[in-house]
Amino acid sequence: MIEKKSASFSRALIYFFLAVWALIVLFPFYWMILTSLKSFASYNSEYIPRFIATDPTLENYTSAFQAVPLGRYFLNTLIFTVATTGLMMLVIIPAAFAFARLQFKGRNAVFALFLSLMMIPTELVIITNYVTIVNWNMRNTYLGLILPSVTSVFYIYLLKENFEAIPDELYQAAKVDGTSDLKYLVKVMIPICQPTVVTIIILKVIECWNSYVWPRLITYDANYFLVSNGIQEIRENGFGRENTPAMMAAVVVISIPLIVLFLVFRKKIMAGVSRGGTKG
Amino acid sequence: MKKNNLKAWLYLLPAILFLGVFMVYPLIDVCVYSVEENYNFASQSFTGIGAGNFRYVLSDPYFVQALKNTFIIVAITVPLSTGFALLISLGLSSIKALRNTFQTVYFLPYVTNTLAVGLVFMILFKKTAYTDGMVNLLINKFGGASVDFIEGPYWAKMFVMCFYTVWVVMPFKILILTSALASVNQDYYKAAKVDGATSGRIFRKITLPMISPTVFYLIITGFIGAFKAYSDEVALFGTNLNAAGMNTIVGYVYDMLYGDSGGYPSYAAAAALILFAIVFTITYINLTFSKNKVQYM
Repeated sequence: MIEKKSASFSRALIYFFLAVWALIVLFPFYWMILTSLKSFASYNSEYIPRFIATDPTLENYTSAFQAVPLGRYFLNTLIFTVATTGLMMLVIIPAAFAFARLQFKGRNAVFALFLSLMMIPTELVIITNYVTIVNWNMRNTYLGLILPSVTSVFYIYLLKENFEAIPDELYQAAKVDGTSDLKYLVKVMIPICQPTVVTIIILKVIECWNSYVWPRLITYDANYFLVSNGIQEIRENGFGRENTPAMMAAVVVISIPLIVLFLVFRKKIMAGVSRGGTKG
Repeated sequence: MKKNNLKAWLYLLPAILFLGVFMVYPLIDVCVYSVEENYNFASQSFTGIGAGNFRYVLSDPYFVQALKNTFIIVAITVPLSTGFALLISLGLSSIKALRNTFQTVYFLPYVTNTLAVGLVFMILFKKTAYTDGMVNLLINKFGGASVDFIEGPYWAKMFVMCFYTVWVVMPFKILILTSALASVNQDYYKAAKVDGATSGRIFRKITLPMISPTVFYLIITGFIGAFKAYSDEVALFGTNLNAAGMNTIVGYVYDMLYGDSGGYPSYAAAAALILFAIVFTITYINLTFSKNKVQYM
C-alpha cells in the first residue's frame, strides 16, 4: 500500500518535472505569437505584459512585410536552400557511389583523406573562403552564398556506408544485364537508400534555413539577405524604434516554415537527426 | 574485377574540386596567413614571417575577454545541459502517456532559427523604459529587484547567455539519450528486479554503464559546439559583441575579418588556429579519459 503510494507520487513528480521543461520550451513560442498579435499602442501601454491579447490584430504582419523586404528575404532563403541542397546531392551521390562500388587505384588513400577532412571546423577555412569569394567578385551573389557549402564529407561518408550495405550481387546482375553504372545508381541504389537520402536532404535544409555566419560575411546588400540576416537587420535598423510587436510578427513568419516541415515529417526528422545530426 | 579508374575519378571530380578549393587550400592558406606579420588586405603585402600575429591576438584585451567568455559558457552549459538532458530522458523513458507529445515539444528548438528565437529571449529578459520584461516581473513576484539582463551587469548577461545556449542544445541531447536508453536490453532490468536491486543501484550499475558511450559522445560534441559559440550571442546582444563584453573566440575571428573592426585576416587566422588547438586538446583529453572510463559493448 505504502509502496504504491510512493510510486504514484514519484510518477507525479516526473510528470511535473517534464511539464516544467515543456513549459520552458514552449513559452518563448507562445510569447512571440502573443506579442505579434498586440497592437503597437497596447503593447507599449502594458507595463505589466498581459498574457492574452485583448484585441488581437494582424496589422503587425502587414507591417512586417511592408516596412522591411521580408518577402525578399524569404525568396532568397528559399533559392539558397533549394540550390545548395540540390547541388550538394549532385556532388555527394556520385562521390559516395565511387567509394562504395567502383574499384580504382588509390581508393582507400583518397577515402582516408576525405575522412581526415571531417575534423576540420568551418571556422578555420572560412577566412580564406571569404577572401576567395571577395577576389572572385562574388559578394552579394547567390553563387557566392552557395558554392562553399555544396560538399559535405560527412554526408558522403553516411551515404557510402548505406550504398555498401546493398548486396553486391545486385550490382553484378545489373552489369550482366548491361545496365550502365549511372542507370544502376539512379534506378536501384538511390531508391533503396531513399531513407538516408531524405535524411540528408532534411538536415541540409534545416542547416541552410538557419545559416547566419557565412551569409553575413558575403552579403551587405539587403537584396541578398537571408532570413537570419534579415532578422538581425530588423533588430538593428528596422521598424523604427522598439516596434517589438512587428519584430515578433517577423520572427513568427520566419519560424513557421521549419516548424510546419517538422510537424509534417516529425518521425523522419527525429530519426534523421539522431543518425546524422550534430549541433549540440 | 575490371578497374574503372577514369570513370571513378570522374564521379569524384566535383567533390574533389569543391573540397580542394573550399577546404584543403583554405586550410593551408590559413596557416600561411597566421604567420604573415602586418598583412595588409588592400595591397596584399606583409612585412615578415613570425609569431607576431599570435602575440598580438593573445595580448589583445578583446581576445582575452572572448576567451574568458567562451570558457565560462563551455564550463557552465556542457555539464548542465548534458546532466539535465539525462534527467529528462530518464523521466521520458519511465512514462508512457504523453511521451510522444513531450518528445515532440522538446525537439522544437532544434528546428527554429536561433537568431529569430534569440530575439524573443531578448524581449523576455530585456528591461526597457516601457516595461521591465517578463522575467523581471517574475523576479519581482518573488521579492527580487529588476535586473537588465541584456545591457546590465556581466553576470546577468552571462546568465541569459548560458540559459539560451542550454535551451538551444537540449533537443539534440534529449533525442540521442532517449534513443540510447530505449536500446538498453530490458532483460538486465528484469534480472536486477528479481535480485531486488534498488532503482538507484540499477541506474548506477546498469543504465549508466550501458549508455556511457552515448554520454561521452554528447560531452565531446557538446564541448566542440560550445567552444564555437557565436550565433546565439549575436541573437541576444547584437552584432557588436565587443561593446557588450560578450564576444566569443569565433566572434573575435569574424570581427577581425569583417565589419568595422575587420580587414585583418592574419589576426583572424591566428585566433582561429588558437581555437582549433584548444578544441583539439580538449577533445583529445576527453577521448583519453573516456577510453579508461567508458564501457564499449
